[in-house]
Amino acid sequence: MKIHEYQAKQLMAARGIPVPMGRVAMSVEEAVAAVRPLIEESGNPVVVLKAQIHAGGRGKGTFREHPETRGVNVITDGIAGGPAAAERKVGELAAKMLGNTLVTIQTGDEGKLVSRLYLEQGIDIERELYLAVLLDRSKSRNMVMASTEGGVEIEKVAEESPEEILRVEIDPAIGLASFQANELAHGLGLEGDAAEHFMEFVEAVSRAATDLDTELIEINPLVVTVDGRVIALDGKMSFDDNAMYRHSDIVDMRDETEEDAAELAAKSAGLSYIKLEGTIGCLVNGAGLAMATMDTIKHVGGEPANFLDVGGGATADQVTTAFQIITKDPNVKGIFVNIFGGIMRCDVIATGIVEAVGRVGLEVPLVVRLEGTNVELGRQIIEESGLEVTNADSLREGAEKILELST
Amino acid sequence: MSILVDKSTRVLVQGLGKTGQFHTDKAIAYGTQIVAGVHPSRDGTGIHFEGETDHSGVPGRDETYAVDLPVYATVKEAVAETGAGASVVYVPPPSAADAIMEAAAAGLELVVAITEGIPVADMIVAKRYLEGKRTRLIGPNCPGVITPGECKIGIMPGYIHQRGRIGVVSRSGTLTYEAVHQLTLLDLGQTTAVGIGGDPVNGTDFVDCLRLFEEDDETEGVIIIGEIGGTAEEEAADFVRSEMSKPVAGFIAGTTAPPGKRMGHAGAIVSGGRGTAAAKIEAMSRAGVVVAETPSDMGEAMLRALG
Repeated sequence: MKIHEYQAKQLMAARGIPVPMGRVAMSVEEAVAAVRPLIEESGNPVVVLKAQIHAGGRGKGTFREHPETRGVNVITDGIAGGPAAAERKVGELAAKMLGNTLVTIQTGDEGKLVSRLYLEQGIDIERELYLAVLLDRSKSRNMVMASTEGGVEIEKVAEESPEEILRVEIDPAIGLASFQANELAHGLGLEGDAAEHFMEFVEAVSRAATDLDTELIEINPLVVTVDGRVIALDGKMSFDDNAMYRHSDIVDMRDETEEDAAELAAKSAGLSYIKLEGTIGCLVNGAGLAMATMDTIKHVGGEPANFLDVGGGATADQVTTAFQIITKDPNVKGIFVNIFGGIMRCDVIATGIVEAVGRVGLEVPLVVRLEGTNVELGRQIIEESGLEVTNADSLREGAEKILELST
Repeated sequence: MSILVDKSTRVLVQGLGKTGQFHTDKAIAYGTQIVAGVHPSRDGTGIHFEGETDHSGVPGRDETYAVDLPVYATVKEAVAETGAGASVVYVPPPSAADAIMEAAAAGLELVVAITEGIPVADMIVAKRYLEGKRTRLIGPNCPGVITPGECKIGIMPGYIHQRGRIGVVSRSGTLTYEAVHQLTLLDLGQTTAVGIGGDPVNGTDFVDCLRLFEEDDETEGVIIIGEIGGTAEEEAADFVRSEMSKPVAGFIAGTTAPPGKRMGHAGAIVSGGRGTAAAKIEAMSRAGVVVAETPSDMGEAMLRALG
């Protein structure tokens, strides 16, 4: 699960991690109204207006409706013109940002609708660093990743100058030790107050990762100010879905408008669905088999319209929901059901398919491959239903048949 | 021979809710020596299992079975009373990592964790706890381990298996069934099939299983089934190249998976250009693994690898 930057910063601030002062705005009026108190509180006439979407690359991203406007804007009008000038500029920009589509390197061409803005105080930056806490799968532990190359995509740093990335693993029994924080500070070339502040910062972020069940905390850039303070200028947090049952406060931060409606509907039905760009809808049991089914469709020359895993113990109702989700996608020209029943019985799937077609209708070809527990019974149910279904004996044969029928 | 489990394996079940009871019944029907259950709220009550024998399982048994399974409040007590050496965990996600640690504390040799959806942070702690202990963890979020005709621990359908000469190790449940089914149809059969699970933090990995299969006299070849995310397949490929004398076939799921999206399994995600199917397939091919183009070709790939 992902949250917005301003929400991540709220969580950080609550844990004593320094972040810039800021205010969230859902309307142009709210954005304008936030300017004066922010300037007064921070003492800095410079403010920064940031679009809040669940994707990175906002600083370089532009709005489709206003190509000259970027996703992050530093507003310096207040230096010469006072708060009134800053207010005017913020109002102008907010009007171009809110309700419009921000396209960044991470959103894809379709971009993302901006409905929230975050107004922050300006910061006098001396250095920009990179800091993240994430899982090191090969060690089965979280690690801290840090780099002197702040403000740059870490993937790019990893490719071009991997020696610039410092890694320290966190022992779950003791957390990040002080000597490790010191090693990182030293490795980043920090001295004096900045080094001390950084150590406190990285220790707090490491604790937050464990306490909040984050999948990723990424602070890019982490800035050192002219007066030696260490502040999270940006903040990204994503969370382990499996642990959200113990964090209702974080679940409340969920912004469902950022998520795909079909994916959300699937999730609430206990299905795992991801929409893709192709034309062959897939309904499969098991994540590995679902991926392999997509791969096989591609291998025989088709394009999968989705990933859909109905799980190990799906009911007829879930199969119906799955069917509804797939048929709602207007790109779908054919449906391939691929089931290897282990715990999942083929007769349950067959009943679900028959019921689903009865309820939602079937306007595209359907190929069904059933194998495993109660396969004979499953085939019989489909046969007796009189549905127009093409049977397949193997995954590959099924993929070939649905491609042939749908083109 | 086989790896990890055989007819002498004595198994206790942790978590006897609806799912745990269902699969315990199937395992007993198959002929697995299920000797005890652990379920705090059922302490001392015991559970009765009866039904028709699954004849695809352990040979030479009666047509029906009837078992009164003793249930204990703690693993420690269950081990002391029954001498169990292995456990299977069906405990729900919030307490599953704790159940794994409890099994390790009781000195079990093998813990097979079926539970899907355990928080990563809990598994990080559980793995740390397992360091330096004798316990081998399989899973979590896996179908389990089966040595056909001897012992079935987990949720896989028994009847698709056949005792034979190929080892199977996989991150995916249903793809394991796909491979096993093909090996059975080709009359190659399996020595042992191991599902290592689809989570980013798990116990036994590909390399551990490959090493066991390499040392197992009966195993003549191995199928390894991987998927996108992490670098376990690349590490397995390195091991195949440097340490394995036996032929290996493989398949990697997720060639078409879009980056940044989690494909069902928590561990199946391509991020920052790492963990792609293409990189894994290339690493395997370079190590001499015969990689199947589609999952329908896994059995054939094994035949080709065997030569």
